Amino acid sequence: MSEIHELLRTSPLAGVLLTLVGYRIGCEVKRLSGGHPLAQPVLIAVLIIGPLLWALDVDYDEYLTGASVIAFFLGPATVALAVPLYRQAAHLRSLLVPMLVAIPIGTVVAVVTGMGLVRALGGDRDLQLTMAPKSATTPIAIGITEQIGGIPALVAVFTIVAGILGAVLAPTVLNLLRIRDRRARGLAMGVVSHGVGTSRSLNDHPVEGAFAGLAMGLTALVTSLVVPIVVHLL
Amino acid sequence: MWLLAFQMVGELISRGLDLPVPGPVIGMLLLFLVLLWRRPPESAGVLRVSEAMLRHLQLLFVPAAVGVVTYLTVLREHALPIAGGLVLSWLAGLITVAALVTLLTRRPKAAS
Repeated sequence: MSEIHELLRTSPLAGVLLTLVGYRIGCEVKRLSGGHPLAQPVLIAVLIIGPLLWALDVDYDEYLTGASVIAFFLGPATVALAVPLYRQAAHLRSLLVPMLVAIPIGTVVAVVTGMGLVRALGGDRDLQLTMAPKSATTPIAIGITEQIGGIPALVAVFTIVAGILGAVLAPTVLNLLRIRDRRARGLAMGVVSHGVGTSRSLNDHPVEGAFAGLAMGLTALVTSLVVPIVVHLL
Repeated sequence: MWLLAFQMVGELISRGLDLPVPGPVIGMLLLFLVLLWRRPPESAGVLRVSEAMLRHLQLLFVPAAVGVVTYLTVLREHALPIAGGLVLSWLAGLITVAALVTLLTRRPKAAS
């Protein structure tokens, strides 16, 4: 029994398999629920894998020895977002000005309100700094936190939660606001919920997905420029 | 393979020029420009592989997302500022962008 346990803890295979199984179940739940917005595969996978790691007494770091193999593909997948963008290239030119206005302003709003609200609700300086870059995609947010101070491990958590919020809630919120323009929906998603939100957008509609991917890239860029300035001012 | 090559080039540019933009994002922009320039046929490997990969984009976030579980105690201690800051500023950003884009795309039509 302890040998099996040892294998589970140390073999990279276990982490990969566990991740794939969790995701697979997530996909099945999504299909069975008829695509209910709460049934995001990433959310379900976490709800399955998290308690399982705890029950099996496997550390997060041990899980990562295998799971990081999967996380590695985030890089090439980000590059792959060029393809949906390329398919929407015709739409792109007409939207250049709105995009260049809305993405920086949206990013500034997200950073300022993030820091301001944490402060207003009694969070300390470290927590404020950690909240600032949450709209950028995870690796960038971590990089920014290392630069300005804050807690790098926690920023990854905030970023992922912002992403999952987007995948679960954003389409509903946008429907309530009667935002029907696919391009506006995609851009808004990409700015606040980066890759996790983009994956939902890609599933909903190719135009939304393409613009979400683009907005995600630009937001990453703008956030890394804006956060140090805002931190200096606030 | 091409995806990795573009990521590599992006990584090199990002490090080499000490840019705040991460390598994969630069790689994405480069690949986009190359696609516009070369206009590959539908059967091209890059297109098929990319789209297959993006269908399962959420899978790639699972390992990072599981990390949330390890911070549950910190999250509980500062539940109010974290939840409030995260959700409300997320909402503010979402609404700002959606509203601005809608406004700015409508105006030219109204003028013409």
